[in-house]
Amino acid sequence: MADLLIELFSEEIPARMQARAREDLKKLVTDGLVEAGLTYASAGAFSTPRRLVLSVDGLTAESRPVREERKGPNTTAPAAAVEGFLRSTGLTLDQLERRADKKGETFYAVVEKPGRKADAIVAEVLDTTIRAFPWPKSMRWGNGSLRWVRPLQSILCLLTDETGAHVVPLTVDGIEAGNTTEGHRFMGMGRFTVSGFDDYAVKLKRAKVVLEFSEREAAIWQGAQNLAFAAGMEVVPDPGLLAEVAGLVEWPVPLMGRIGEAFLGLPPEVLQTSMKEHQKFFSVRNPKTGRIEGFVTVANIEAADGGAVILKGNQKVLSARLSDAKFFWENDLRVAKTGMGEWAEGLKSVTFHNKLGSQAERIDRIAALAREIAPLVGADAGEAERAARIAKLDLQSAMVGEFPELQGVMGRYYALEAGENPAVADAAPDHWRPKGESDGVPSDPVSVALALADKIDTLTGFWAIDEKPTGSKDPFALRRAALGVIRLVLENALRFSLLRGPFRKGADLVGEREAAFADVNDLLAFLHDRLKVTLRDQGVPHDIIDACLAMPGNDDLTLLVKRATALSETLKTEDGANLLQGYKRANNILAQAEAKDGVEYSYGADPKFAEADEERALFAALDRAEATITPAMAAEDFATAMAAMAALRAPIDAFFTAVQVNSDNPVIRRNRLNLMHRIRAVCSGVADLSRIEG
Amino acid sequence: MSDATTTPRSFQEIILRLQGYWAAKGCAILQPYDMEVGAGTFHPATTLRSLGTRPWAAAYVQPSRRPTDGRYGENPNRLQHYYQYQVIIKPSPPDLQDLYLGSLAAIGIDLGVHDIRFVEDDWESPTLGAWGLGWEVWCDGMEVSQFTYFQQVGGHDCKPVSGELTYGLERLAMYVMGVDHVMDMPFNDPDSPIPLKYGDIFRQTEEEYSRHNFDQADTEMLFQHFKDAEAECDRILAAVQPDKAGRSIVMAHPAYDQTIKASHIFNLLDARGVISVTERQAYIGRVRALAKKCADAFRQTPAGADL
Repeated sequence: MADLLIELFSEEIPARMQARAREDLKKLVTDGLVEAGLTYASAGAFSTPRRLVLSVDGLTAESRPVREERKGPNTTAPAAAVEGFLRSTGLTLDQLERRADKKGETFYAVVEKPGRKADAIVAEVLDTTIRAFPWPKSMRWGNGSLRWVRPLQSILCLLTDETGAHVVPLTVDGIEAGNTTEGHRFMGMGRFTVSGFDDYAVKLKRAKVVLEFSEREAAIWQGAQNLAFAAGMEVVPDPGLLAEVAGLVEWPVPLMGRIGEAFLGLPPEVLQTSMKEHQKFFSVRNPKTGRIEGFVTVANIEAADGGAVILKGNQKVLSARLSDAKFFWENDLRVAKTGMGEWAEGLKSVTFHNKLGSQAERIDRIAALAREIAPLVGADAGEAERAARIAKLDLQSAMVGEFPELQGVMGRYYALEAGENPAVADAAPDHWRPKGESDGVPSDPVSVALALADKIDTLTGFWAIDEKPTGSKDPFALRRAALGVIRLVLENALRFSLLRGPFRKGADLVGEREAAFADVNDLLAFLHDRLKVTLRDQGVPHDIIDACLAMPGNDDLTLLVKRATALSETLKTEDGANLLQGYKRANNILAQAEAKDGVEYSYGADPKFAEADEERALFAALDRAEATITPAMAAEDFATAMAAMAALRAPIDAFFTAVQVNSDNPVIRRNRLNLMHRIRAVCSGVADLSRIEG
Repeated sequence: MSDATTTPRSFQEIILRLQGYWAAKGCAILQPYDMEVGAGTFHPATTLRSLGTRPWAAAYVQPSRRPTDGRYGENPNRLQHYYQYQVIIKPSPPDLQDLYLGSLAAIGIDLGVHDIRFVEDDWESPTLGAWGLGWEVWCDGMEVSQFTYFQQVGGHDCKPVSGELTYGLERLAMYVMGVDHVMDMPFNDPDSPIPLKYGDIFRQTEEEYSRHNFDQADTEMLFQHFKDAEAECDRILAAVQPDKAGRSIVMAHPAYDQTIKASHIFNLLDARGVISVTERQAYIGRVRALAKKCADAFRQTPAGADL
């Protein structure tokens, strides 16, 4: 048994790539070792900005011997074929075995691979891993041809067993593996030798490197909280930032500073975004005032002066940044006070898409669409239109120019400054939602109307100019827009026809300009496809959705989902499942007869021709079912309708047991076929069961 | 007084120390290119010389013009004309990071009390058809340099790879000397008989050029000049027939001058706000096409061919 330690020491690895790289290193090396016949007990991967590390414990000293046998050509095969086989096996003719079989005699290559030393395997696997490492972006440097995320400077590769530690002989593109590494760039004391993982971790810490990512994260978070607490403040949690910062330092030293008084009036989102995006600072809140009043920066060095110079420098950079932000904010507020007309004017010269006109033209369309949608979602049409006119104006503001991620957030501030009412102002941030799967949807009617109008304009627009998503290509994020429409409708339980209402209107609005007319049915099908994916994830099978999609009113998504959910529940019951079989039997008999006779049996079955009791019972059951289903469907009470449909199971089963549909008497046969038709018709009022599989 | 550990007293002292440092490290100290460029990278000593296998090491100051950054001399940190210090070494030496840190120490940055960080920043110049990987270097949270390993220039793979360092001189100098407004920064030694501040030299020009770049540059003429530069670049490169003396010389550098011109004219048009978002991409593409042709041509010359 041996322990393996690998360190790939390089120039600074981007923080965002480290987590994935740790996993990749572990997987590629351990998979390679196992594939080559070694086994191991456990493995752990680590990263700092300058190193990727893998420690493998309990590695077998050599691989098991392997015997490989390969069948070759017949011994009478042409020489070229035999030569090819020799080449591929690396053997000579006298090393091949000849074995008699049905076709005469065949060459066999038997290769006995003796067990190989772990050294050789590790060297091979590591070489392959380094050369094929899946960095999202890699580069060459100097004269070399090797690719790594940044220049690879040294390789440490050590096997340690009872007899001690030795370097695995390995050279990759001129870099020879050794048993040394170095610590912190500024606080380490040059290169040092290591004898194994424990020794490595201890010496690294002495050389001011915290190897464990989670330990650095914890140190940063704890340190930041302590600093804030001592000042009676609290750190605003930001796991994404924490992970990033932990990937930027080998020896984290949190330092806290205060935001200058002059900047405390800026919106908290602006302070947070500016500090995070530009400087990777944590925001520190004063619980008494509720404001962001400080920051924590994380240095990578224990400075001789306790960090005074570093903090001063950071503070200076922050002041410069916030001066810019303040300048933007104050200028923007001036424009907002005058009603933001300047920005509306500016959007006239901003192209949304060269075939779909300017942002201003787009806003005109969205405003008209929002008016149309407003009554459908319980919003005031005037407010919805007003919201459409102001919600995107902040795209022209200086602040959003600097921080695009603040779009909408700033829009709300500026709308309030312009004197808009809160429902209208809230639509500025909320109409962009849902921004992703984890984001919620707005529920205020004005925001809902605008969010729908925005997304539907995008969809009908790109449909009109035939820029639909294909395969993995969706440059205009139309799938996300479609999913947004679906979620807005379903999560607000909105009831309206997409096709007759918003889609048609959206297409008309684009058509006015483009002369192209969006195929709104195609767009609806696209939405249905997205909906199927969503429902499938919720456990509703695709054929059940198909059965409901075949029904009228399928552009009312809330109704559609209600129907599908009820059908899914019904078919899970025993009666439901059996009814489906009965329905299919009836349908098959009918289809065959109709094909054979060339007529459609839909004239109307008459109970007076019924012979058997079961037949009469089925007539009665269908009458009863219809009497329940019709009003239930009208009331969209799918549960009751489907329960009534499922109740047909017993009479249908009894009928098929007792009665032969294809009677010799043509009158009786026709009547029974027409009865089959009634089964189909009654069930089809609920859903198209013929689409259900199984 | 030029002891490396002391704080420089003037803008020019920082430049002189960098010149001295990189000269001592073996770089040829070149002079600025005599044309209007947006960054030190445009100097043919970087763009063209990063192509081919011939080793190269140069350092120089490059006055750079970014018309859209003009603020009439009022903004403490923004200028439409500023200085970059550029170092380009091919192949990139294995200790380039250490060499770079040495240069910071040389201009008075004590690496024991400052927080120096290499933060991911992939560099791309769409107008030059060039890209590379590297970092922006932070000193106490301030970006002080750009550090790039060129992977491609003018559409050609860089083999070997050049290492490029770009220092934003004003910003770096302001930080080192603790100056808050660029115009207040001493340009020469403050104890000189005639002490000059940055503002004494550049405040007026910033005002003049800001007005010119934003309001006055004749756009019709510039559009024409852009076309002229484009056509001239093509014409020069197409001139393959031998000259009067019977020599066939590929004129990669004169053609590249036209690329530089086109790029600067585009920047001016951009500052004048007469190029729409869609047109913007097209113009960048046109400059890139020129840069690529020049790179192709340079590879045909003795300086750019593979050894």
